[in-house]
Amino acid sequence: MSKPILSLNSLRAGYGQTEILHDLSMFVQPNEIVAVIGPNGAGKSTAIKSVLGLLNISQGSVELHGEVITNTPAAKVVELGISYVPQNQNVFVNLSVKENLEMGAWTRPIGIPERLNDMYALFPDLAEKRNQTAGSLSGGQRQMVAMAKALMVDAKILLLDEPTAGLSPKYRSEIFETIQKIKNTGVPVLIVEQNAKQALAVSDRGYVLVDGANRHTGTGVDLLADREIARMFLGGGH
Amino acid sequence: MWNSFGFEFINFYFIPGLVLGCIYALGAIGITLTFSILRFANFAHGETMMTGAYLTWTVMAICSGVLGFAVHPLVAAVPATLLVVLLFLVTDRYFYKPFRQADTIKVVMASFGMMLIIRSAVQVIWGPNQLTFVPGIAKPNAYLKDWSGSIDFLLLIPNKHLFIFVGTIAFMMALSYLLNKTRIGKAMRAVSDSPDLAHVTGINVDQVIRATWIVGGACAMAAGVFLAMDIQMLETTMGFRMLLPMFAAAILGGIGKPYGAVLGGLVIGLAEELSAYPWIGDGPLLSPGYKTGVAFAIMVVMLIVRPQGLFKGRSF
Repeated sequence: MSKPILSLNSLRAGYGQTEILHDLSMFVQPNEIVAVIGPNGAGKSTAIKSVLGLLNISQGSVELHGEVITNTPAAKVVELGISYVPQNQNVFVNLSVKENLEMGAWTRPIGIPERLNDMYALFPDLAEKRNQTAGSLSGGQRQMVAMAKALMVDAKILLLDEPTAGLSPKYRSEIFETIQKIKNTGVPVLIVEQNAKQALAVSDRGYVLVDGANRHTGTGVDLLADREIARMFLGGGH
Repeated sequence: MWNSFGFEFINFYFIPGLVLGCIYALGAIGITLTFSILRFANFAHGETMMTGAYLTWTVMAICSGVLGFAVHPLVAAVPATLLVVLLFLVTDRYFYKPFRQADTIKVVMASFGMMLIIRSAVQVIWGPNQLTFVPGIAKPNAYLKDWSGSIDFLLLIPNKHLFIFVGTIAFMMALSYLLNKTRIGKAMRAVSDSPDLAHVTGINVDQVIRATWIVGGACAMAAGVFLAMDIQMLETTMGFRMLLPMFAAAILGGIGKPYGAVLGGLVIGLAEELSAYPWIGDGPLLSPGYKTGVAFAIMVVMLIVRPQGLFKGRSF
């Protein structure tokens, strides 16, 4: 096992007095896609938000490359190379595609033209729509903008919060394909997903979260094959 | 045709309406930016305009009284603008910043308090009485008068109004460049779009807020000086009287839309002046005393019919 890029160690965290994560541990290694699945309210999105310093961590630690970054403010976390795509409102709708990407590079303002070209190569759809406002794009294209925007900082790791929520099956597959492409460029991806089957199918490893703690862990393939998990979380048995 | 109808309409109603519109437009830009980026209705905005005019007057007074030479208000406005912007940044840091996470209504009330603080401070320093900004009667620009008279299209526009037109256009162009071409301007639009997303994108929101105060302050400052140039005097309530039409302009254009605010300002300014034109019969359609009522009526109708404004801004 190689050293993890990002690790969450026995986290207790929540909003104000309400604790949502009770004892959560997970990690992401280089060159892997890690999926976090589980029922609604299990704390999947909360797990990601805890990394960004968006809620209060009372116990445990978040480490990036072995360095503790627990409760670091979001702007700083982004600067450190952790990129995050929220589930909703993840693009600036009144800004053009190009401007969205430029904003993504706020913490790393050098070499923007080159990185813009990299992104247009990775997301060819966006290249031709670069001067359109993000608000005029379809849901799937917006998701592409959001991911490209997050990758503009030479991300060390990409965190995606339900990237396929509300998308058509066609776009869903396209997003999962893109996530694999992103992994192949050397950026590991941590993805929280409702579409558990598809997510696990592209993931190297997965975590099943229940009640703010990880219940099961395994490779994507193993989790998919597990009867109990299938029955409980993947919508019906095989 | 020109002599019977157009001459009077253009020179005595349309041009003054446009001048007023420019002043509203510049003021409304600051209001709409503060509303969309800092998320509150800044009641102290009119007082900023007023303070800017007083500071400009002071710079002019110091130049002519102590240094012995007269300066144009637009020149004196430059150091005064720097002072106003500085004042803005200090109030943001020590007055508004502690309210950043507070409910909007608390910040609005705080700005109301700031309005009273500023006006009282100005009254303490400069006194409650009117001051003469620029003495004398503004004569129409002679060159323009001769030229337009020679083509039978007589325009009587004093220099002060020409300065206001040119100044407003210059401000619009600078603003447009800032918002569309510069990094900080794009970030201002981004924060206006979604502060939360801006935050997790790593954008330095505090820096954007400071930029907003600077831009809004500079525009308010210009609006205040232009207003003082137009009415040629200063009084401590001059900013407050502009507040309603400026809010009307911002709402008309769509909250968060600087270009909308400009258009809204021009529409409100023209509507106010043109409502006094004798459209029917010989007397003014509406007594000039009801001018502010026109702005208010437009604002109310707009909020009922199309609350997001002409440019599809945010609706509340």
